[in-house]
Amino acid sequence: MSSGTTLAVETAGLVKTFGETRAVDGVDLSVAAGTVYGVLGPNGAGKTTTIRVLATLLRPDAGTALVFGHDVVHEAPAVRRLIGLTGQVASVDETLSATENLVVFARLLGLNRAAARRRAAGLLDEFGLADAAKRPVAKFSGGMRRQLDLAASLIATPALIFLDEPTTGLDPRTRAQMWQTIRRLAGAGSTVLLTTQYLDEADQLADRVAVIDRGTVVAEGTPDELKASAGQSSLQLRLADPGQTPHAREAIMAVLAVDAIPSPEGGRITAPMDEPDRVADLLVALRDRGIRLAELSVHKPTLDQVFLAITGHETEPQDDREEEEEAVA
Amino acid sequence: MTTLTVPRGPATLTQVIGNSLTMAWRGLLRMRRTPEQFGDVLLQPVLFTLMFTYIFGGAIAGGVKSYLPFFVPGILVQSVVTTSVVTGVQLREDMDKGVFDRFRSMPIARAAPLAGALLADTIRYAIATLMTFLTGFVIGWRPQSGITGVILAGVLVIACSWAVSWIFALFGVLARTAATVQGVSFLLLFPLTFLSNAFVPARTLPGWLQGFVAVNPVSHLVTAARELTSTGGTGPDVWWALLGAAATVVVLAPLTVRAYMRKA
Repeated sequence: MSSGTTLAVETAGLVKTFGETRAVDGVDLSVAAGTVYGVLGPNGAGKTTTIRVLATLLRPDAGTALVFGHDVVHEAPAVRRLIGLTGQVASVDETLSATENLVVFARLLGLNRAAARRRAAGLLDEFGLADAAKRPVAKFSGGMRRQLDLAASLIATPALIFLDEPTTGLDPRTRAQMWQTIRRLAGAGSTVLLTTQYLDEADQLADRVAVIDRGTVVAEGTPDELKASAGQSSLQLRLADPGQTPHAREAIMAVLAVDAIPSPEGGRITAPMDEPDRVADLLVALRDRGIRLAELSVHKPTLDQVFLAITGHETEPQDDREEEEEAVA
Repeated sequence: MTTLTVPRGPATLTQVIGNSLTMAWRGLLRMRRTPEQFGDVLLQPVLFTLMFTYIFGGAIAGGVKSYLPFFVPGILVQSVVTTSVVTGVQLREDMDKGVFDRFRSMPIARAAPLAGALLADTIRYAIATLMTFLTGFVIGWRPQSGITGVILAGVLVIACSWAVSWIFALFGVLARTAATVQGVSFLLLFPLTFLSNAFVPARTLPGWLQGFVAVNPVSHLVTAARELTSTGGTGPDVWWALLGAAATVVVLAPLTVRAYMRKA
């Protein structure tokens, strides 16, 4: 059903303020139908607020947001028929069992008792929760809760699924399971809009990514384009003698053909590096020049580095902003 | 996969009722999982009925036996209406949970999560009603009107308490914490229930207070319950009580739902 030109989400100049805080400050997004779109940013960047506006839970203060062409403010009922929301806080009822939760949601969506039970059983099976069907959700692990939460969003097979930080706080194994599930959804033709703090996750799942910082989109593109801006990996060196920094940078330029960035703390140098195996060549070059190292490490680019590359500043913990959001909300 | 046809356009009355009943069913499921929540409705009516009967009975009516026909309908109204505060408190707690985000993002009748929660709470009112009647009966209350009048009085009080619970639901939606809801609600509830004819005959009160007691909707409800349990008849107070209940719902339900929808 999705053609390349259909937009699942289209926002222009979206603004949402909480008191003095401009949580979302002119966000422009366009998400093609049938794709997985990642919104990447640190805590408090405005990711959750953006999703809440798109899911008709918050009214924007300015700008427009369309979901499959329907305005989220003026055509909210139409929008609600097209979306499934899996929030950051588990949006299921802790006191009820997994089955009861799904049956309640299915009944609300208009399924009769028998159909609701069938749908609940089918989804629990699909998400590997059949054994835990009768247990109260309060006894579920974090990962199981997310899975159930996601299952609950899929009862009406929505065309657009919002996943707000679907893997934050999950252990690696559960995270991998969640990725699997998201890929399956995408494979089935759903549009998925997910937020994440992890570059790795956006890279693994998303067709396109928007990097969001302080309420605005600071970069947009495919994960490859994004990573290119920060380098595939980065090499970090600490020199035994900080005085040799210029020589070391020359060596790096000669071997890797990149400009290394000296850090303010003495003797530290960071260099973007596309091929981690070339580190051996560099080590040889450094030894030949008599530059002694105190420490060496190769890092995959982190969100911080993407940020540094794109915005010129580090990701700052902006927890107070998030808290304010909670309080006002 | 099951295909789903979600109704188009604004919610129809059928959808409002259907969704509300589903939400009420959710409330019942929750109650079944947390039976400890019934502690207050099981114990408070017993405690209050016993306490006030033996404290006030002699002073007001010259004895427990002669006070009971007057007092049981009064304490019934007091107990059940007080129980409706819990509705607002629990709604606040419930709304703080993520599951309400899901309800708000679903194509369902906007009023349903509230109406359903309030509807499920009538079970609590029914338990409080039953406990009050039972306690009264154990200590010697013998309603003149027989079982029919008692049942009608119970249903009337439950229906009116449901209406009143919309007030506390509004507090619940607007307040930041459950404790605030509790505090504000009792500030409203104490004058309303005590400055009525629930415990003492209104004629014993100073003139200015009689004026308030006469217009206090709680007094009308108490008088109606007294008539139903004694003569079994229905005077104008039954209709005043029902009219007041209907007016409360008509005014407060839309206000509460609007506040609920605005609250993100």
